[in-house]
Amino acid sequence: MAGLNAKVQEIFNEPGCEKNQGKSEKERKKGCTKQLQPGAAAGGCAFDGAKIALQPITDVAHLVHGPIACEGNSWDNRGAKSSSSRLYRTGFTTDVSELDVVYGGEKRLYKSIREVIEKYDPPAVFVYQTCVTALIGDDIEAVCKAASQKFGKPVIPVDSPGFVGNKNLGNKLAGEALLEYVIGTEEPEETTPYDINIIGEYNLSGELWQVKPLFDKLGIRILSCISGDAKYKEVAWSHRAKATMMVCSKAMINITRKLEERYGIPYFEGSFYGISDMSDSLRQTAKLLVDKGADAELLDRTEALIADEEAKAWEALEPYKARLKGVKVLLITGGVKSWSVVSALQEVGMEIVGTSVKKSTVEDKERIKELMGQDAHMLDDMTPREMYRMLKDAEADIMLSGGRSQFVALKAKMPWLDINQERHHAYAGYDGMVALVKEIDKALYNPIWKQVRRPAPWEEAWL
Amino acid sequence: MALVSNSHKACAVNPLKMSQPIGAALAYLGLDACMPALHGSQGCTAFGMVLFVRHFRENIPLQTTAMNEATTILGGMDNIEQAILNIWNRAKPKIIGIASTGLTETKGDDVDGYLKLIRKKHPELDELAVVYVSTPDYKGAFQDGWANAVVRIVRELVEAPAKKIPDQVNVLAGSHLSPGDIDELREIIQDFGLNPIILPDLSGSLDGHVSSDFSPNTTGGTTLEEIKSMGASSVTLVIGEHMLPAAVEIGMKAEVPYIVFDRLLGLEAFDQFVTALSEASGKPVPGKYRRQRSQLLDAMLDGHFFFGGKRVAVGAEPDLLWAVSSMLSEMGCEIAAAVTTTSSPMLERVPASEVLIGDLEDLEERAKDCDLLITHSHGRQMAERLNIPFLRMGLPIFDRLGSAHRISVGYRGMRDLIFEIGNMFMENAHEVGPDTWAKSKGSAGAQAAAH
Repeated sequence: MAGLNAKVQEIFNEPGCEKNQGKSEKERKKGCTKQLQPGAAAGGCAFDGAKIALQPITDVAHLVHGPIACEGNSWDNRGAKSSSSRLYRTGFTTDVSELDVVYGGEKRLYKSIREVIEKYDPPAVFVYQTCVTALIGDDIEAVCKAASQKFGKPVIPVDSPGFVGNKNLGNKLAGEALLEYVIGTEEPEETTPYDINIIGEYNLSGELWQVKPLFDKLGIRILSCISGDAKYKEVAWSHRAKATMMVCSKAMINITRKLEERYGIPYFEGSFYGISDMSDSLRQTAKLLVDKGADAELLDRTEALIADEEAKAWEALEPYKARLKGVKVLLITGGVKSWSVVSALQEVGMEIVGTSVKKSTVEDKERIKELMGQDAHMLDDMTPREMYRMLKDAEADIMLSGGRSQFVALKAKMPWLDINQERHHAYAGYDGMVALVKEIDKALYNPIWKQVRRPAPWEEAWL
Repeated sequence: MALVSNSHKACAVNPLKMSQPIGAALAYLGLDACMPALHGSQGCTAFGMVLFVRHFRENIPLQTTAMNEATTILGGMDNIEQAILNIWNRAKPKIIGIASTGLTETKGDDVDGYLKLIRKKHPELDELAVVYVSTPDYKGAFQDGWANAVVRIVRELVEAPAKKIPDQVNVLAGSHLSPGDIDELREIIQDFGLNPIILPDLSGSLDGHVSSDFSPNTTGGTTLEEIKSMGASSVTLVIGEHMLPAAVEIGMKAEVPYIVFDRLLGLEAFDQFVTALSEASGKPVPGKYRRQRSQLLDAMLDGHFFFGGKRVAVGAEPDLLWAVSSMLSEMGCEIAAAVTTTSSPMLERVPASEVLIGDLEDLEERAKDCDLLITHSHGRQMAERLNIPFLRMGLPIFDRLGSAHRISVGYRGMRDLIFEIGNMFMENAHEVGPDTWAKSKGSAGAQAAAH
C-alpha cells in the first residue's frame, strides 16, 4: 500500500496539467476532486476507472481479484467495440470467499492466472486489485511477478482498489500500470514518419472507426490507440509513435506526458466531438508529425481534406437548420463535451440553455464563455429535481446527458439523448456530428410526445 | 434427486452470480419512500445502480456511505452518521435501508452498535425508520442478500398487533418475482376478498410508471404502516423457499402462521396456492380462475408436442432455477444442465442429475447440445457461440424491453410462458430433408413432429 500511496501522490502532482500546477503544495496533496459526501455521492470508484481505461484492450484477459461484487455486478456493461478478439468481454474474477478473506487470496489468484492462461491463452493477463483484497494485504504485484516468470507471459498488476478514489484517479492508475509494465516492451515491425498514438479513446460504439478513415486518407497510421480496439502488442509498442493525440481531457495525461519525457513523443490535447474540433485535431496531428520530420506537404493535404469534409458536413446539416432553429438544449455532461458539441449545435440554430461544468477544467469553462457569451448558463452541480423542473417548465426542449439522468427527462415527458459512454450511436468526427444532429431531430420530432403529454380525455370528463 | 456440487475452479469465468448487498438494496427498493444505501466505497453503489437502471429502465434511488481507505481503517461510524443526515436532509425518506459490503465487513464495522449511538445523538431522526443488514460480498449471493434484508425489515418494523385483521394476509415475495408477477398475485388474492400486504413490493416502485412529480426516493412499494401491521395478518404466504426465515420471524413476533410455496410456476404448484387462498378466505374459487386454469390445460395439451424430450440448460438463482426447471420438466423437457449461484435446500430437488454452484462458463460447457438456454442477459455471448435459442430470465435483463412486466406465476402467466417457450422450440425445429433418414445417427424422427 505504501507503493500505491506514493503513486497516488505522484499522480496528484501533474506537470502536464495547468490547473494542478496552479495549486499550492498542500492543495495538490489532496488530489483533484472534492471529498465525497456520504449519502450524497454518485459515480464510480478507482477500480471502475481502471477497468474502463484498460478493458477496451481486446485480446487480453481482464482478471478481477476480489469478491463477486466488483466483476459479477458489472461485467460486459460497456460498449467498447472490437474488430477481432472477444476475450475482453469475458468476465474473469477470483470471486474470493470468506475463507480467502481470512487466509489470504494470493493462492487463489495465482491458480486463477494459471487457469486463465491454460484455457484462453491470451497474450497477457491484467490483474485488477480491489478494496477487500487490498485491505487484507494480498500482494498482487508479487503474485503477478511469480506468475509471469512461471508461465512466460506478461501478467500485469493494476493496483487501483476502489476505495483510493474516484474513476478519474483509476484512469490514471491504469495508465501507470501501462507505463510500468507494458509500454516499451515490444517493437513494431516497421515505423513510418506518419505513426501516431491516440490516447484516451475507448472506441465506444465504434467511434474510433468513425475517425480512422480520415487519418487513413492522410496516410497517417494509428500505431496504437490506448485503449480502444487495441491489441496488447500495439499498446506495448506505443513508444515508437512520432506524435500523440490526447483525447478526453485529463483522464490519461500521465501516459501522454511520460511518453514525451521518456521517448520524446510530443502531444496535443484534442477532441473528435464537433466539426471544428475534429479539424483542429487533424491539423495539430499533421503539424506535430511535420515537426518530427514528416514531409511538409502533409499540411496542405490536411487542409484540403478538412475543407472537403467540413463542406460536406455543413451541407449535410443544412436540412436540419429550419427544423432545429430555436430548440432549447440542456447539456448535462462533463469535461470536453461540455463545450465541444456546443458549436455544432449552435451552428444549426439550437440554443444551449445550460451546460454542466461539474467535471470541466478552467480551460473548458473559458471555451464555454467564448462560445456562449459571458453570461453562459453554467451549472455546477445540478440536482435531478432541478433538471426535472427545468424540463417540466419547458425551459428546455431536450436534454442531452448520460444514462444516469435519462429518466429525469423521460418522466418529465421530454425528449432525451444519450451522449455518454453507454450510448448506442457514434458521434465522433464529421459524420458523427451529423449523426448527433440527426438523432436530436429524430428525438424531438417523434410523434409520441404529443400523445404522452395529453391527459386521458376521460380524466377531464370526471373533473 | 440432483447431486449438488461446487465448481472447483479458482477463477470464475463469466459470472452468473451477483453479490448480496445489491440483493438487499433491491429488497429495500420495494419499500415506499425509501432510500437504500450501501455501506462501502462509492463503486459498490455505482455498479449496483447501473445494473438496476439497465434492467428496469428506471431511475434508481441508491446511496453510498462513500468509504475510502482512511475511513475504512478508522471505522465507518462517521460516514454512516453523515450519510443518514445527508439523506434525511436532502430526500426526507420514511425509511433508510443500509446494507454492508465486503469492504466494511472485512474491517468488521459494528453497524448495529453505530446505529444505536447515532439514534441517541439525533433524536430529530426518531420518525425515520432505519434498517440495517449485514451482507458481505464474499459470502452468498443476490438471493441471500434479498432474503436477509427482508428478515431485518420484519425484525425492525413489524409490530405485535392489538388485534388481528381477519381478511389481511402477508405475502413475502422472493427475489425471483418481477413487478408483473407481484401485480398478478395481488389481483388474484384480492379476487378472493383478501387484502394482501406484499413485502417487498417492486410492483409499486419499479413497474415503470410515470409520476406527476419528481421524488429522489422510491415512489411506491410496501409502506411503513403496512409493514408495521403485518403482525395483524391472518396468515403469511411465503413465495420462494428463501423467504421462509422472514416468515418465521413474523411468526415469532406476532404469532402469524405461514404457508410456504416454494414455487408458483406449474399446474399443481399453482393449484395449491389457489386452494390455500380459498381456504384462507372461506370463498370458492372465482369463475375467472376456472377459466384461466382451463386455458392453461389447453396450452399444455397444445404445447407438449414441442416440449417433449427437449434438452434445456438453465442458469439461475436457486428459487428461480427450481421453479423454471420443475415447470419444464413437468412439460416433458429434460433439464440437461443446471447451474446456480448459492446453496439452498431446493437444489437437490431440482429435476436434473446435477446442480452445480458455478458460473456461465460451467453452464456453457454443459449446454453444448441443448435445445434451449435459459439464464439472464449475460448468457447472450454464450448463446451466440453455441448457436442455440436463448430465453432471458432472471436479473439482469438489459437487452430486452419490458423485463419488469414479464409474468411467470399463475395459470395465465404459465400459459403465456408455455406459448413463448413453445414458439421458440417451434421456430428452431430442424427442417427435414432427403438425407435426414439416410444417416443412421440422430433423433430427426422426433424432431419431424415439430414442423
